[in-house]
Amino acid sequence: MSEILQALADNCREAFGEAITNAGIDRNELTLEVKRDELLNVCRLLRDHPRLAFEQLIDLCGVDYLEYLKEAPDRYKEQKLPRFAVVYHLLSLRHNHRVRVRVFLDDDMPIISSVNDMWAAANWFEREAFDLYGILFEGHPDLRRLLTDYGFIGHPFRKDFPLSGQVEMRYDEEKQRVIYQPVTIEPRVLVPRVIREEGFGGRNT
Amino acid sequence: MAEIRNLTMNFGPQHPAAHGVLRLVLEMDGEVIQRADPHIGLLHRATEKLAESKPFNQSIGYMDRLDYVSMMCNEHGYVMAIEKLLGVTPPIRAQYIRVMFDEITRILNHLLWLGAHALDIGAMTVFLYCFREREDLFDCYEAVSGARMHATYYRPGGVYRDLPDSMPKYQPSKWHNEKDVARMNANRQGSLLDFIWDFTERFPANVDDYETLLTDNRIWKQRTVGIGVVSPERALQLGFTGPMVRGSGIAWDLRKKQPYDVYDKMDFDIPIGVNGDCYDRYLVRIEEMRQSNKIVRQCIEWLRKNPGPVMVDDYKITPPSREVMKRDMESLIHHFKLFTEGYCVPEGEVYAAVEAPKGEFGVYLISDGANKPYRLKVRAPGFPHLAALDEMVRGHMLADVVAIIGTQDIVFGEIDR
Repeated sequence: MSEILQALADNCREAFGEAITNAGIDRNELTLEVKRDELLNVCRLLRDHPRLAFEQLIDLCGVDYLEYLKEAPDRYKEQKLPRFAVVYHLLSLRHNHRVRVRVFLDDDMPIISSVNDMWAAANWFEREAFDLYGILFEGHPDLRRLLTDYGFIGHPFRKDFPLSGQVEMRYDEEKQRVIYQPVTIEPRVLVPRVIREEGFGGRNT
Repeated sequence: MAEIRNLTMNFGPQHPAAHGVLRLVLEMDGEVIQRADPHIGLLHRATEKLAESKPFNQSIGYMDRLDYVSMMCNEHGYVMAIEKLLGVTPPIRAQYIRVMFDEITRILNHLLWLGAHALDIGAMTVFLYCFREREDLFDCYEAVSGARMHATYYRPGGVYRDLPDSMPKYQPSKWHNEKDVARMNANRQGSLLDFIWDFTERFPANVDDYETLLTDNRIWKQRTVGIGVVSPERALQLGFTGPMVRGSGIAWDLRKKQPYDVYDKMDFDIPIGVNGDCYDRYLVRIEEMRQSNKIVRQCIEWLRKNPGPVMVDDYKITPPSREVMKRDMESLIHHFKLFTEGYCVPEGEVYAAVEAPKGEFGVYLISDGANKPYRLKVRAPGFPHLAALDEMVRGHMLADVVAIIGTQDIVFGEIDR
């Protein structure tokens, strides 16, 4: 398995050259980190190159790295990651292998090209990432909110969005209609987030 | 001359054929669909965000509630992702138990699908028959985990406990006398495995019954043949998996192609369709039930002969037994730490996928080394299927929308998450 993966990684490095910043294998999975501007070229090659042939886009999701390693000791925080990333999971039925493609975005203006023309499955996945993370997909035919309520404000899966939300909804007896008001639930954390090093959970275990 | 405009119709979210809370805005020209715009999210519970605020083990129960008709398969995907990050392999007996329950879950799911799909298109009887068989399988769930649906049975490192040696039995009541109860308890005298074995003996004949009612039924064929045709190329483009892609003639099944647990030791076939229409997908799922039955039987035979542990012996991630906990200080501490703080998972990211009854159920898990996931993304099989609804229903009649929603096997728990 690992030789096949290694060969795949070499193929990718050869095919993409400068367009990818990293091609690492971890736990039998290959991750390509692609420069944002090169995404469409890389995707086209990934799909059409006979030795890669990733016909299927299995998954697409946004990630917010704002609080990544927040609880870890300082020496692990050697480099600051950009805040947003989009992660693609591709599957090749012909060669029976998978690849993960990650693209980091600018912090203040998370915008990226849409891969909707490459894989039709991207349509809703991109709408979801836009809805939950506020990532904009350039060239998407219909970038509307997907999962949240009509008229929802904010992007709920961002790390700075509270778990219990900003507003709650209730029926108002006087006004005889449903109203929105600021949440009344006090947020509480039952189990704190911890990162333990000793032989477990550390970076190089 | 009056201007002719398309009619916009609202289908759902309270329509019984919408399989839950689907709001579908249909643009129609007469009775022909021009455009379908599904509005989803009415069942959105932010499972992925909730999981970020809980220790790993506490989210297993949420997985049951994603696709609430194939509970254990969802757990399997999540648990596999954690195991991959931890680098743990469950004991072989646990793997067999998981495969057996995955297949029981597949039968459960396909039975519900078949009943509901037939009911949508106008056949009442099949629904009743399917639910009769589902009842027995729920009893298996209950015997092993205590819950009939939301089992939380799979754990990182194995399964919660071994299979029970006895089945719960019916008691006489004012509705059932001694004789009735004796008849109802006839197949519950032995262990759980005996009970499942008895089920697998009966089940192929039951599938024959469903087929008698539907396969050659003229009305059934009129409603499904040539409806919702998807070509193999489009199926790949649209991200279809599971019976949806196999119905279009692509022999792709993760259980065969990327086997997990002990699927590589199982003998079974992958059925595929030819035309990619609703009827072919129906045939594929019917055959999958027969194949699942076969796998369950192989598992039972193995499980009878090979007792052994069902959890890894690492108290950092699995709880010690109650007995040991009561007399050993260290075990007590392990128990306390595990149920309060949980365990820390090494930093990294994995994608684990299982062949759920509806298609590929994937879990993408990012851990930054903490006791809670940093990011959890659930790749629900129904999500790309429903996204393709617009393309599948275009040019069909309104009544065919119901057939196509049925054939996609939509469950909102997993699509809205």
